[in-house]
Amino acid sequence: MKPCRLSFLLAGLLLAGGVHATAADHVHASHAWIRVLPGDLPAGAYVTLQNDGDQPVALSGASSTVYAEVMLHHSSSEGGMSRMTMVDALPVPAHGTALLAPAGYHLMLMKASALVKPGDTVKLTLEFTDGSTLATDFIARPANAVDENH
Amino acid sequence: MKPRHLPRVALLLLLLAIGLLLGGCQRSEPLPLRLTNVTGHMPDLDFKLTDDHGKAVTGADYRGKVVLLYFGYTHCPDVCPLTLAHLHVVMQRLGPLADGARILFVSVDPSRDTPAVMHAYVNAFDPRAVGLTGDAHAIEALSKRYRSAFTREPGNTDGSYEVSHSSAIYLFDRDGHARVLATPSAAQDDIVHDLHLLLSSGATP
Repeated sequence: MKPCRLSFLLAGLLLAGGVHATAADHVHASHAWIRVLPGDLPAGAYVTLQNDGDQPVALSGASSTVYAEVMLHHSSSEGGMSRMTMVDALPVPAHGTALLAPAGYHLMLMKASALVKPGDTVKLTLEFTDGSTLATDFIARPANAVDENH
Repeated sequence: MKPRHLPRVALLLLLLAIGLLLGGCQRSEPLPLRLTNVTGHMPDLDFKLTDDHGKAVTGADYRGKVVLLYFGYTHCPDVCPLTLAHLHVVMQRLGPLADGARILFVSVDPSRDTPAVMHAYVNAFDPRAVGLTGDAHAIEALSKRYRSAFTREPGNTDGSYEVSHSSAIYLFDRDGHARVLATPSAAQDDIVHDLHLLLSSGATP
């Protein structure tokens, strides 16, 4: 009974607030690129997310027809040590941006089914915590590309 | 000698010692390095590893070159490539002088990083980068020598794992002496500046 009432309440709130608008409806992706590494080594993908909506949203991951596995990761450096950790979600504040950029948040792309070369365009489907998705074209760049914007 | 004269004698000896030390410094001409100067505080470059052509190499094989030593691993899609890409830009900024320098990228993940994997990896960044791998003991010895550290953490169920590693870049002069400790966030201008100093000094060009 109780969980049921809660779902009705949540559904009501969602209908009242969003009117079917999803996270993906309010988010614009730009500056999307992949650092391609040789062989079948995992690659890093970066993108800038702009949320034009009045509500915060959160990126939960991505999927791709080219890469069998995509994970949202965060690189950190503490006490002279670099490490990567898996992240469940990256918040994008209302009327704000979230950066996936080198040495910070990134999508780790693994198990490519086809060779990705610098200059190629790879479609990644960004996934948000509300279940909505945003298909985005990522430009493949060489291993030693330097991200001028960050 | 009366005890009350002792402090005066000690002071004289101290002044003499300081004078000798300063004299010694002047003779070795300290370089005006911009990054953390570790001259005399870290051991010379020494290791027994395998390069990315599968050849056994030691630290002595790189005498005559200024060396940029960096620990990492190839299954590192973010920070390692970023650091190596920055070092590539640094090498480009040195122009023809870059031939006097080598980036030594040492794998802390030797079970996955074979010479062939390392070869493809380092060459994607810079033609003057050398990939070094070897047995776990030799890598641990080199890592400990420079108080560098790394750990392996179990990751997925498929047996993959994540590696944490020191992010420092160590610069050695042409004689294999450790001279500079840089962080990956160090300004490129400062790394280029210090490399110019190291490239223009040293006994064996």
